Amino acid sequence: MGKWTRRGFITAGVISGSALVVGVAIRPGHRTPELAKYVAGEGESLINAWVKIDQDNKVTVIVPHSEMGQGAQTALAQMLADELDAKWEDVTFQEAPAEDGYANAPMGKGYVLGDMAIPKALVGTIDGVFMQAAQAMHLQITGGSASIRTTGVYGMRVAGAAAREMLIDSAAQSWGVESTEISTDQGMLIHQVSGRKEPYAAFAALAGQRTPSATPKLKSADQFKIMGQHKPRLDIPAKVDGSAKFGIDVVVEGMKYATVNASPVFGGTVESFDAAKAEKMAGVVGIVNLGDAMAVVADGYWQAKQALAAIDIHWSSTASDRVNSEKIFEQFQQDIEKAVASGDAKTDIQVGEASSILANASSVVSRKYQVPYLAHACMEPMNAVATVKDGKCDIRMGTQNPLGFKHEVAAALGMESADVTITNYFMGGGFGRRSNSDVAIQAARIAREVGVPVKLIWSREEDVQHDHYRPAVASNFQAVLNAEGLPVAWANQYVDKHEPTEAPLIPYAIANQDIQYVDSPTHVPFGPWRSVDHSQHGFFTESFIDELAVEAKQDPYQYRRELLSEQPRHRAVLDLVAEKAGWDKPLGKNRGRGIALQESFGTIVAEVVEVTVENAEVSVDRVVIAVDAGFAVAPDGLTAQMESGIIYGLTAALYGEISIEGGSVKQANFDTYPMVRMDDAPEIETHIINSFESWGGAGEPGTPGTAPALTNAIFAATGTRIRQLPVSNYALNVDFVEDEA
Amino acid sequence: MINLNVNGKQYSVDVAPDTPLLWVIRENLDLTGTKFGCGIAQCGACTVHLNGTPIRSCTTPVSSAEGAMITTIEGVASADALHPIQQAWIEEQVPQCGYCQSGQIMSAVALLRDNPAPTDGEIDAAMSGNICRCGMYGRVKRAIKRVASNDVQIFDPQTSLEVQNG
Repeated sequence: MGKWTRRGFITAGVISGSALVVGVAIRPGHRTPELAKYVAGEGESLINAWVKIDQDNKVTVIVPHSEMGQGAQTALAQMLADELDAKWEDVTFQEAPAEDGYANAPMGKGYVLGDMAIPKALVGTIDGVFMQAAQAMHLQITGGSASIRTTGVYGMRVAGAAAREMLIDSAAQSWGVESTEISTDQGMLIHQVSGRKEPYAAFAALAGQRTPSATPKLKSADQFKIMGQHKPRLDIPAKVDGSAKFGIDVVVEGMKYATVNASPVFGGTVESFDAAKAEKMAGVVGIVNLGDAMAVVADGYWQAKQALAAIDIHWSSTASDRVNSEKIFEQFQQDIEKAVASGDAKTDIQVGEASSILANASSVVSRKYQVPYLAHACMEPMNAVATVKDGKCDIRMGTQNPLGFKHEVAAALGMESADVTITNYFMGGGFGRRSNSDVAIQAARIAREVGVPVKLIWSREEDVQHDHYRPAVASNFQAVLNAEGLPVAWANQYVDKHEPTEAPLIPYAIANQDIQYVDSPTHVPFGPWRSVDHSQHGFFTESFIDELAVEAKQDPYQYRRELLSEQPRHRAVLDLVAEKAGWDKPLGKNRGRGIALQESFGTIVAEVVEVTVENAEVSVDRVVIAVDAGFAVAPDGLTAQMESGIIYGLTAALYGEISIEGGSVKQANFDTYPMVRMDDAPEIETHIINSFESWGGAGEPGTPGTAPALTNAIFAATGTRIRQLPVSNYALNVDFVEDEA
Repeated sequence: MINLNVNGKQYSVDVAPDTPLLWVIRENLDLTGTKFGCGIAQCGACTVHLNGTPIRSCTTPVSSAEGAMITTIEGVASADALHPIQQAWIEEQVPQCGYCQSGQIMSAVALLRDNPAPTDGEIDAAMSGNICRCGMYGRVKRAIKRVASNDVQIFDPQTSLEVQNG
């Protein structure tokens, strides 16, 4: 046995082809007992941080991502189980606890390195560096459609393969045979020559003593047995009988209920309040002034809510008290103009001579688009259960970033991170909202103030009005077309850049491009919203390319196709969606088809939307989507994510609008912030391409293409070009005459 | 004291009569399968059956449920088997986050009991009070049709009346 080296401590292994991978190795009794206690039970051996095999040959996959409906835990378990050659029926998963040893190193690596191609020469040193980086960044995030393409590809598969090799080597040693003579299947080790056959469990303890291979051999796609197969999601049975525990369902001993009312204007504070009436109301335990919000703690949520409404609160005035959406959009245009004139605009991409071509062109196509703020509106309103006692803080909730919350709650309470524990539960929707620790911190502060455990539940109104929003964004375009109608120059200026940084980039072969952005801050808090910057840029770029096709009097599908000669994957996806949608089949009166293409999070998606517009009402009849995510680990899971992303994008495109009036959010609940429901949901058909190119994400890529495919379809049906979302703000002309364009 | 019959069990709770039934079910009876979503009867996450009729428990005062037969998601399955709707939900892999699904299932169970072979329009009408932010409407519809088209016996949690489909 080799020594327990630092390398062994932090990595399970490593490199296959050009890919580099990391695993967290844990061995009971060694240097990481503080982690082992969370996952190793009686009679169990821990092989590494991603897999556990117990005495009954049951395999537990330890997943450093939380479940918010995206099904990643099952898909990740499939990836590990396949490489391990486990019996699927014996596989379950467990979410990794919020401890620094579980910081998501593969994900840190994926984020930092982008395409994740790491020079071989760096392999020896980079693992440790990345683990430290991931720890420093407190990365245990579920977001960025990253679970499969980072943790799965660089963690799960390698951990499974490494574990399998360790088991084989252990069996070979005990049986006194060569490792190469041993094969595996369905959780069994088999020595064909002697006819010996033993379950993994027989060698689990022995394998746990070995150092993981630095280069476990991964399967080729033709060897996959579990990846790419439909496996029912492991979390679903508990979600049909009411037994699944979400954060809002947590009960702890002696717990009271709290609810809050924050300053309607972001940045406002409590100037004064009169709680005389509220204090006397039944069940009220405490009233807490949080500075920017008032909280009531009571025996039940309803009592807390009633008492909160009875407090007379005077909010401070702020510099934002007269801000409204109209002024915000005016500010955006002014800031773009100023920055472009002064040369202060920042550059995403500048190739060729776009500016001089535009300056000298006899005809420039110019368009301006904008999108409003959007709230996430997760079905489960924000909540957290907090206990603050004896210098320690215990938080129970559903979070996309348990490890980050641990550190942020500690910082807010002036505690050591080690004194804060976060226990994660199912999330009733995340979509980016549950990556912000505001609610956890509020719950902890209230619990500390009143001295009893508190379950904080936000009302739906609080959720809609105190979200961290998809930003309102304006984006301006100019293009010059050549004699064939194809764009030779593409210029774009927009406000508010976040992530992913490539979101405004286009796949089309246009020789001269100048894409710039401008800072134009507002007082409305930003948060990542399903597909983040792609949610707006997908609409902008795929609307503008559609308008260029119209200007050129060309078919929008063929026009895009023509510009994709150097992008075979994009073209294949576009061709497939056009074929499956029956792009060339004529539609009846008042009906139209729109197409859009968008690569995001490593996955290429094309959508065709069919609409009927009658009596100024849009009916979305059908959405066909083609997707190339490299390889569909869980085909039904990928399909479900496409369906989900489309409906999420459709709600935003049709109705989604958070507007600012007097500095605060006007909408409050589902009556004023409406959602797509079953009666306006389209038929959705998903078509998957396994290109076996690099693996992409699934949770977000279905969303960005939906709005432009919809508005392009509405244009086809009515001649009305929608440049400002949502669609519901338009009075649609139904008597479209074909030649308007 | 208010007396409630929930899933065939008698409960006595000491709450204000105007307290919404939702919070009594969740906080006093610890039946947390019924969910809070909006508080204004807009999303359907809190759907339970009151004498067999689907209602929004977030806007139903507990006093008005006294003496009625209340069924929650926890009371939908029989002792030894899931309700066919629950089974269909698994087969069609309906839930994503799962938060709205108790309410969806309660609406679907009531629909199929009253109308064992609903048309698409009837499914839309019965189910459009239930919001799913994960957008699983297509799967919800397929799961309902799976039960409607199968020749299965539907266990009715309200009356144990067996309805033959087909």
